[in-house]
Amino acid sequence: MNILTKWLRSYLPELPVSDTQLAEDLTLRGIAVEGIYDLGPGNGSLYEMDITTNRVDAMNHYGIAREAATIYGLQLNPLEVALPAAGPATQPFSVRIEAEDACGRFTARVLRGTTIGDSRDWFPSAEVSTYFGLVGQKQISNAVDATNFAWLAMGQPTHAFDLDKIEGGIIVRRARKGERLKTLDGIERTLDPEDLIIADHVKPLGLAGVMGGWDTMITSATTNVLVEAAWFEPMAVRRTARRHGLHTDASHRFERGADFNAAPVASAIVSRILLANGGNLEGDLVDVRIPSWESRTVHRQPITLALSEVHRILGVTIDKDGITAAAVEALLTSLGCQLTSHSAQAPAWQVALPSWRLDLEREIDLIEEVARVYGYNRFANTLPSFGEGVKALPWAEAESAVRRTLLAAGFHEAITSTFCSAIEASLTAPLPGQVVPLGNPLSEEAGVLRPSLVPGILNAVAGNLHRDVADVRLFELGTVFSGTTEKVDERQALAFAALGLLSEESSLHPARAFEFHDLKGAVAAARALLSGTPAAIAICLAPVLLPILAIASGVGPMNVRPLSLHAAANAAFSARNPYPGCTASAPEAFAASISASMRR
Amino acid sequence: MTNETIPDLLEFNDSALDKAFTALEKRAGDDAAALRDSDGAEAFRLNWLGRKQGILTEVSGRWLKGAPPESKKAVGERFKKLKDLVERLLEEASSAGPSDAALAAEAIDITLPGSRRLTGAEHPITRTMNEITSVFAALGYSVGVGPEVETDFYNFECMNFPPGHPARDTQDTLVIANQERRPLRDRLLLRTHTSPVQMRTMESQPPPVRIVIPGKVHRNDAQDATHSPIFHQVEGLCVDTNITFSDLKGTLDHAMKALFGSSVKTRFFPSFFPFTEPSADVQISCIFCGGKGCRKCKQSGWIELLGCGMVDPAVFAFAAEKQPAYDPKKISGFAFGMGVERIAMMKYGISEIGQFYAGDMRFLGQFA
Repeated sequence: MNILTKWLRSYLPELPVSDTQLAEDLTLRGIAVEGIYDLGPGNGSLYEMDITTNRVDAMNHYGIAREAATIYGLQLNPLEVALPAAGPATQPFSVRIEAEDACGRFTARVLRGTTIGDSRDWFPSAEVSTYFGLVGQKQISNAVDATNFAWLAMGQPTHAFDLDKIEGGIIVRRARKGERLKTLDGIERTLDPEDLIIADHVKPLGLAGVMGGWDTMITSATTNVLVEAAWFEPMAVRRTARRHGLHTDASHRFERGADFNAAPVASAIVSRILLANGGNLEGDLVDVRIPSWESRTVHRQPITLALSEVHRILGVTIDKDGITAAAVEALLTSLGCQLTSHSAQAPAWQVALPSWRLDLEREIDLIEEVARVYGYNRFANTLPSFGEGVKALPWAEAESAVRRTLLAAGFHEAITSTFCSAIEASLTAPLPGQVVPLGNPLSEEAGVLRPSLVPGILNAVAGNLHRDVADVRLFELGTVFSGTTEKVDERQALAFAALGLLSEESSLHPARAFEFHDLKGAVAAARALLSGTPAAIAICLAPVLLPILAIASGVGPMNVRPLSLHAAANAAFSARNPYPGCTASAPEAFAASISASMRR
Repeated sequence: MTNETIPDLLEFNDSALDKAFTALEKRAGDDAAALRDSDGAEAFRLNWLGRKQGILTEVSGRWLKGAPPESKKAVGERFKKLKDLVERLLEEASSAGPSDAALAAEAIDITLPGSRRLTGAEHPITRTMNEITSVFAALGYSVGVGPEVETDFYNFECMNFPPGHPARDTQDTLVIANQERRPLRDRLLLRTHTSPVQMRTMESQPPPVRIVIPGKVHRNDAQDATHSPIFHQVEGLCVDTNITFSDLKGTLDHAMKALFGSSVKTRFFPSFFPFTEPSADVQISCIFCGGKGCRKCKQSGWIELLGCGMVDPAVFAFAAEKQPAYDPKKISGFAFGMGVERIAMMKYGISEIGQFYAGDMRFLGQFA
């Protein structure tokens, strides 16, 4: 999100610090400025912001100005909402909230005789073209610009309808089965009975809190406008947006909780910009509110906060006085909370919350606010007293011994993909058929959970050959998966693979090729270190393009037998790692995997 | 040296005796001169001094015993002289080193490089995880682990990501197939963070808890230079009575100094995670430039390294369903987590995260 300091300063004319200092102070309070760009003389700076999802109230200029006002103890200019006197309406515009569970407030304002065209700057505090130019917001028409302006200024989504296309009045309701709506993106949508919509007395007009409809869109021919500003319940908007695969600025805000009190303000801002091109208001603002939502947002119950809890959670500060009752009161008041003191002996308060901070719900939320505004870096660095002894995992020593042994034997440790293709899985699964597919795989090649480490390690071998590295010794210690999509079993497994020459450095003897029995020796060494009986040992005698699998269960001699000489095996590995010159006389690679029961 | 027998002695006069004994003395001398090693000396000893078939035994048996009485003394004297000679020769052969010829045949060039089996390299991710866990082990943290396939409950719900909450959008999740018909909290997925182990640990033991959790996690992210669907985290959890935010700060400040050097500074910023409150991001002073500003820290002097916070009471409430001692009014705790790849990339100057999972011998060999 981009923020203009010029715009911020219009709300805080007395801001005493530089843009750089402001950025740092905001960042230290969790309103993170990630980048600052100088826009030239008189234009201030552009901030690239990264606001955490809980602080949806601060994802706009006024919200950040509000935060800055608390930092420096400044008075925040109110948003300008004065409108010219409205002409009389023959009857108030009809608005009905049918879906009271999902819409808490709906305001509608009627503008007549407007001219749709380029936005005209509306001085003093709505310099549309200046701000849009600096912030990189495209100007489209005054109707679109007005709603964008309100959004960027104070974070309240609004919508402008062509009033003459609305039949009867507005009804906020759930869609009816089979109803259709062409949204502003030009897509014809079939609505779900769960979708929350804005409708007139005849047809759907828009997806509430998500996107407006095509047919009531403002055009250059529009003369009469209806300005909507509303409050929708987060989950209803989220479900509607998800069902239609949409994520808009409006849905983003409503999903995270909008300010119940913001609707009339935003409506006024939009109307002022539109009226700058002529036209007049008809009738008063139509403002339908659902009392139960009002009491759960604007008038929600105060939260009890005890100073002792602040100290119990936050601990010691660098400043000797620590966090005093007076400090708590000052900090929270600056954020728009109203505190009523309980008693002087054990300081505690009833804290009434500002309408724009729906994220504040519990005592701990207020404690966080105290810490945040007080300054995280003003807390001391203390260490908790030492607790109990350290317990080692029962299998940690075995794993570490296996790792050391294989490292000493010249194998590098690899970490390969957790996933493999279905065909690789079917070739290497120690328990035939027990392969667990993903529901949303990244690709077909990574479609299932690996039942064995062998595909990963062989692909790593092939990758080395592809890069002209001929001598390979790799091992991996990792999780393999079996079972079903109902219940997935995990166990730790060990795999190693070797190819080419032994990793010996000698000035006396020529290098010797790695042989099957070297691998068998490594298997024996590793197996001796594993507590418990390995569930399965598989050895691949693999010319990389043609794996042969041998499985020996439990103890006893290794029963080496070809599992598959089928062309499928060839295809499974060669398709992923085609490398030239290794077909008929492919170098021999060896891979073994031990599906161990080290961890239970 | 064959076991030649000695000739019969036909006459016992002095000249005959001298001739016969001189021949044997010469033969002993020749035999001894041909000796090369200790094996040869042993053969020489057996041949000449062997009790049953040695030449001297034979001389004694045939020449001395077969001599007429008047010649016994003359034979005896010469026998003693021969025996002395043989014993002296044997002693010389045994004590002397190998001959020059023998040495030449066995010469080695001790200046050549020693032969050795090259050792393998521990994976940089494993190494980094071990470094982090040992720092916390020294602070009393035991290692905790858990499954990579988790339920929605452990990965999200009990970590205070309620069903349908927008915070879930921040962690794109890989899910196991065919879960749609199951209740949401039972649906299986690949854990997106190691945090489920926090809950599994608390469910299995009452406070105090101090664990450090290294592990592999997965997200449905497209691969680029710094993102991978597979990555590793180390998380930590400390729960006890009177664990405070300043304890969290002190613990992480200490840990960062232990990991990156005692001159490293830390600073904390407010952040947001559903499972902690207050939440913080932690930056350390740039380990490359010491905080002056360089390319690695984008001139800021600081590097963002981990997320942390006080355990949210909602998380304790879930733990208290199985372990009532996790009463958020009585205990408190902190949790922290860091991305292992990010730290390893920074420490070793790696620019492509994909290098970690390619199994390239040349890449891995750098860490031997």
